[in-house]
Amino acid sequence: MNERELAGLSEIARRLRIHIIRMISQAASGHPGGSLSAVEILTCLYFREMRIDPADPARADRDRFVLSKGHAAPVLYAALAERGFIPVSQLDTLRQASSSLQGHPHRLDTPGVDASTGSLGQGLSMAVGMAFGLRLRPAASPSRVFALIGDGESQEGQIWEAAMTAGFHRLANLCVFLDANDLQIDGRVSAIKDIAPIGEKWQAFRWRVHEIDGHDLRQISSSVAAFRRETEMPTLVIARTVKGKGVSFMEDNVNFHGQAPNARETETALQELGDGR
Amino acid sequence: MAVESLRGAYGQTLLRLGRENPDLVVLDADLAKSTQTQVFAKEYAGRFIDMGLSEQDMVSTAAGIALTGKTVFASSFCAFLMGRVFDQVRQSVCYNQANVKLVGTHAGLGVGEDGATHQALEDVALARTLPGLTVIVPADAVETASAVEFAAATPGPFFIRLTRNNLTTFFGAEHRFVPGRAPVLRDGTDITLVAMGAMVEKAMQAAELLAADRVAAAVINFSSLKPLDGDTLLRYARQTGRVLTVEDHSVRGGLGGACAEFLAQHAPVPMTLMGMDDQFGRSGKPEDLYVHFKLSASDIAAAARRLLSRP
Repeated sequence: MNERELAGLSEIARRLRIHIIRMISQAASGHPGGSLSAVEILTCLYFREMRIDPADPARADRDRFVLSKGHAAPVLYAALAERGFIPVSQLDTLRQASSSLQGHPHRLDTPGVDASTGSLGQGLSMAVGMAFGLRLRPAASPSRVFALIGDGESQEGQIWEAAMTAGFHRLANLCVFLDANDLQIDGRVSAIKDIAPIGEKWQAFRWRVHEIDGHDLRQISSSVAAFRRETEMPTLVIARTVKGKGVSFMEDNVNFHGQAPNARETETALQELGDGR
Repeated sequence: MAVESLRGAYGQTLLRLGRENPDLVVLDADLAKSTQTQVFAKEYAGRFIDMGLSEQDMVSTAAGIALTGKTVFASSFCAFLMGRVFDQVRQSVCYNQANVKLVGTHAGLGVGEDGATHQALEDVALARTLPGLTVIVPADAVETASAVEFAAATPGPFFIRLTRNNLTTFFGAEHRFVPGRAPVLRDGTDITLVAMGAMVEKAMQAAELLAADRVAAAVINFSSLKPLDGDTLLRYARQTGRVLTVEDHSVRGGLGGACAEFLAQHAPVPMTLMGMDDQFGRSGKPEDLYVHFKLSASDIAAAARRLLSRP
């Protein structure tokens, strides 16, 4: 990734953050913290790595993305809007009764959403199913499946059922990002029910594991490049992130897991993000 | 009349459909020998996945496979497929409108000796609440084969509830399951017996007992729980003025609940709901359990007489 591309992607990431703050503020509800922590991951996937087509969101040979931590819907909607799947103006309707943007992603409502998610743990199994399904085609599909799970979500038993399935069946066409921001609703993941040592766990389940700075676009891209070369096992990327990244008072602040910023906080956040620049 | 295995019919139908449809995929959770998906597995190993003891993962995985354009059957015992996995059925399958066919076996007290933990008595009630889920309880092997075939040919989520035990075959080979149509197995003018699954043959036997007392009981095989055949139910409620439902399932939210919900709004008539009522099953031979829980043919006939004597 050259400097110019890095600058372009960084600018997109900044815009996604502004969208996230605006839409959650407008809706007066939603999950800013875990949306902001995943901005660089989705930026890299939607604007560099994934083979997708906004003009034909359901084309059979597309790469898939499953937001298993469905509460981070705002970051997905922001990416879909910037990428041209939905109008940017629609973001303001988030969570309204007449909107096609549900509080958690719904594939039947929003173009570009591959799976409806929300109840934690299920999205990973669905991504595993997609990886299976694509491999089952008579002619092996080149499509790949990407998924994003949370570290709090990793306390769900189904995550480990799915991990065992994908590892055992060598689903090398599956790449999962773990948004490791170390916060869940009730506090620190490490204090409530620690998932560490997380890399060793996934390795034991027969996954290729990379650990990166989840806000470093170059590292994210490199991990996907390594995934593309993989033929033996599924890939887990432990993305070390900061919940609420990019907004000073939200960073690493558990209170902004599922709370919208008020008017004053919104103004400060947008200022920090250089809104209007 | 012949007595045949519904599970066997399921396995054989999968085998046939597998030949016709290369996009048919079958999943099981370590019960392939019991559910009879093994018949498909032996022939089409590349399209069969034994998910091991991971029912939750199996159902969500089935949804994911279906979202790539496949028709997916997923099987386990009803107790696990609907009870343990309700949230996955709700979100991964139904909310996604995934083309997944959940076929549960070993429903109800008919499980027998394994006892309460394995006797699903709530699965139909749970399934009926889920938007977009077609719910079918076949009464015999022929209807099972036809329902499985219909499910495979119809996009969207299905739940099909099968018994462990062989049941009397009522239908000829030409019979076709039609959603929202409840086959009337016996006409009658005095009382209507509405039954599903293993209780259909008991209801038919009860109708024989009642006939000896000059009571003409109609018997409806209510295999299509959702969509529900309101027309037939209405016609027979009006024709007989008395409706008795019987099911190897809780009367709360199951067949009795479904019929009562409908008739209360459209044709209130005196009803008796036979089945399990706020209780778990227990170990025993199936026929002994049906006697123990008052679901034998003579119990049904006695309940029908009591219902007829009500003012």
